[in-house]
Amino acid sequence: MKALVAVKRVIDYNVKVRVKADNSDVDLANTKMSINPFCEIAVEEAVRLKEAGVVSEIVVVSIGDKSCQEQMRYAMALGADRGVQVEAEGKLNSLDVARILAKVNESENAGIFILGKQAIDSDNNQTGQMLAALLDVPQATFASEVKIADGKAQVTREVDGGLVTVEMDLPAVITTDLRLNEPRFAALPKIMQAKRKPLDVKTLADLGVELTNSVELISVETPAERSGGIKVDSVDALIDKLRNEAQVI
Amino acid sequence: MSIYNAPAQDTAFVLDQLVEFDQLCQAMGLDEVNLELANVVVEEAGKLASEVLAPLNAVGDQNGARLEGDKVIETPGFSDAYQQYMENGWATLTAPEAFGGQGLPNVVGTAVNELWHSANMAFALCPMLTQGSIEALIAHGSDELKDQYLSRLVSGEWTGTMNLTEPNAGSDLAAVSTKAVPNGDHYLISGQKIYITWGDHQMTPNIVHLVLARLPDAPAGVKGISLFIVPKFLLDENGEPAELNDAKCISLEHKLGIHGSPTCTMSFGDNGGAVGYLVGEENKGLAYMFTMMNHARQSVGLQGLSISERAYQQAVAYAKERTQGSRKDGSKIPIIEHPDVRRMLMAMRSGCESMRALALVAAAEIDRSHIEGDQTAAKARVELLTPIVKGWMTEMANELTSLNIQVHGGMGFIEEAGAAQHYRDARILAIYEGTNGIQALDLIGRKTLSDNGAALADLLDEMAAIEADLRACGLDKMANRFVASVARAREIREFILDRAAADRSLMGAVAFDFLMQMGYLTGAYLMAKEAIRAKALSGAGSAYSDEFLAAKVATVRFYAEHYLPRAEAHAQTIMTGLDAAFVLSDEQF
Repeated sequence: MKALVAVKRVIDYNVKVRVKADNSDVDLANTKMSINPFCEIAVEEAVRLKEAGVVSEIVVVSIGDKSCQEQMRYAMALGADRGVQVEAEGKLNSLDVARILAKVNESENAGIFILGKQAIDSDNNQTGQMLAALLDVPQATFASEVKIADGKAQVTREVDGGLVTVEMDLPAVITTDLRLNEPRFAALPKIMQAKRKPLDVKTLADLGVELTNSVELISVETPAERSGGIKVDSVDALIDKLRNEAQVI
Repeated sequence: MSIYNAPAQDTAFVLDQLVEFDQLCQAMGLDEVNLELANVVVEEAGKLASEVLAPLNAVGDQNGARLEGDKVIETPGFSDAYQQYMENGWATLTAPEAFGGQGLPNVVGTAVNELWHSANMAFALCPMLTQGSIEALIAHGSDELKDQYLSRLVSGEWTGTMNLTEPNAGSDLAAVSTKAVPNGDHYLISGQKIYITWGDHQMTPNIVHLVLARLPDAPAGVKGISLFIVPKFLLDENGEPAELNDAKCISLEHKLGIHGSPTCTMSFGDNGGAVGYLVGEENKGLAYMFTMMNHARQSVGLQGLSISERAYQQAVAYAKERTQGSRKDGSKIPIIEHPDVRRMLMAMRSGCESMRALALVAAAEIDRSHIEGDQTAAKARVELLTPIVKGWMTEMANELTSLNIQVHGGMGFIEEAGAAQHYRDARILAIYEGTNGIQALDLIGRKTLSDNGAALADLLDEMAAIEADLRACGLDKMANRFVASVARAREIREFILDRAAADRSLMGAVAFDFLMQMGYLTGAYLMAKEAIRAKALSGAGSAYSDEFLAAKVATVRFYAEHYLPRAEAHAQTIMTGLDAAFVLSDEQF
């Protein structure tokens, strides 16, 4: 069975995010970029499934300019077998990403799709769900455990009230939550091998996808600075402040 | 416990701008290796270093290796960490592909080794010694020995040790008295070796000891020493470790630092003789040691950088967090705002960056010295830089780890703060692998007087040539200081060459100051080059942020203003000599 794993190049989670002076976007000039942590978990899960003999090939897909090849090579250093980069400029909305992935799959016919539940830059949490709808296959989001047997996937999902375990037929889409696994360190020989693994580059025209660009980024602002606290003399004064000044009760 | 992060950006900058890594790789014929790959390798090594090795550093200090019967039991956690280190292939980094290595340049190995030693120097000594055994076997081992031992050492499956020192043979290896008696296809080794780093442990199924010993009919002195392989376990017909050899650790030293690194007294041949196999030819052991010496000495110099960087990161974290004094609005002042703390932090920062530049440039010269074609210049440069890397950088390490304690104030003197460990750990560096006194004699004697100052003259010419670039990018004050310092070094070179022939005692008298002068000056040269590159790149849309580039220039400026003047102080001492030290008779001490 082939696994298709999508990875996104995002600002490194350790970097303190700066907003551009004109509030048009986050400032990414010279910032450290990394594989989206949820995508890294997705790659790790696919590699574990391959090591368990469930998956036979891992195809990693990323959408963006040439720089996203860095993250694809990293996924290959972790154990992905080959890559498909879809060249695209600028920000893509979740639906366009899902449509591109669905198109890529027309020639891949993957048996399982593993995606991060969301990217830590845009935080949309949409692509996996949309991909499942476009492919008309089952989905299990926020996975914290994945078991594959007899052509079915048993997935434990993290939901507000606790854990839900679902079983679905394959092919299916799984999106990863934080606790699904702890990604390994890339081993040196695999870093070296990753350079030699095949990486195909496709254009949107190759795939016959036209972007909808249906989402417009209007403005990005830093969260308001926390103002200093104050001390109150009594519980009554506290209640008064909460009611009249903060207006929270 | 202090947090450690790999200084990947500075490493990348030095590899890119000073080492000119991509060109180096092309010259070495490594088509698949480039800066991008090196950066990924350094970053990935950084994860293992900070997440796995660094947290075990304080553990090793408090739970050092211990001897149980004949067995050395390493610090808890070290064995698992070693497995990860090995399984992730890090041991294979620079070894040739023919023996299972990745064949990456020595300079990448150096960049990565910096991280291991920063994270956990006591631990990293084990792979460092193994690297030495690998080099010895590649250069001098027979095909049979290579078959049996090399790939297992390269993979990290087994570790290696270096057995040189004896109770009466330290810096003077001519006094080695361990015996090797021919016995069929092997030799029987007997004698005692001391200060054997990682001489025993339980992390791997075998240990390969390289031992210097003397044959019965060997000439006296340094020309009668041979090199042997003595495995902890002898190999069976399938090449697997089987019978325990007659070699064991009989005691562990109680040391000032690096408690996690077992320093063993090894006894060979208590029961008739340890089985040993000759490496190369008889009586050439010391010559073989010399072929590994540049790398080994540079590795120790590198440790000076590593431990200073760790101390620097700890000092910064503490200085940002610790408050003393209040502003008018009542808010507390973090001590990083105190001028004297700021001075110390910048001294540590600029010291570390200058050492990184020197360590990587010197390591790349080793790579260049192996490129086909004319290697004369690179070889001479390696020879010249090596004692500076070892001697100057380890002296700096003593100072910078001490500054970390000072930044911590009273807490620095308290063991729980963790600053003391780096200071204690660093203290060995100026001593082992040839004391800095030996390094100084090497620099002035074998590296300067013996070629009539030619290699040094080349380096000084190269230094002088950057004046125009410094001025062109507006660094005039730095240029003035630097040019004066280079001119002074040329005077000192002349002074030493003129006087040494007539006055044999001069060499020993001025050697240490000469080493330090050249250290500060070479550091200034490489830092100045970094500043020139940083100036050229700023605002040019390079891979480096303008913030990083501006910080680099400021750090170089601090170096030029605070460290470079020390070169002049050492020069003045050289000119006056050491006469005053010999006025007193021995009895007056």
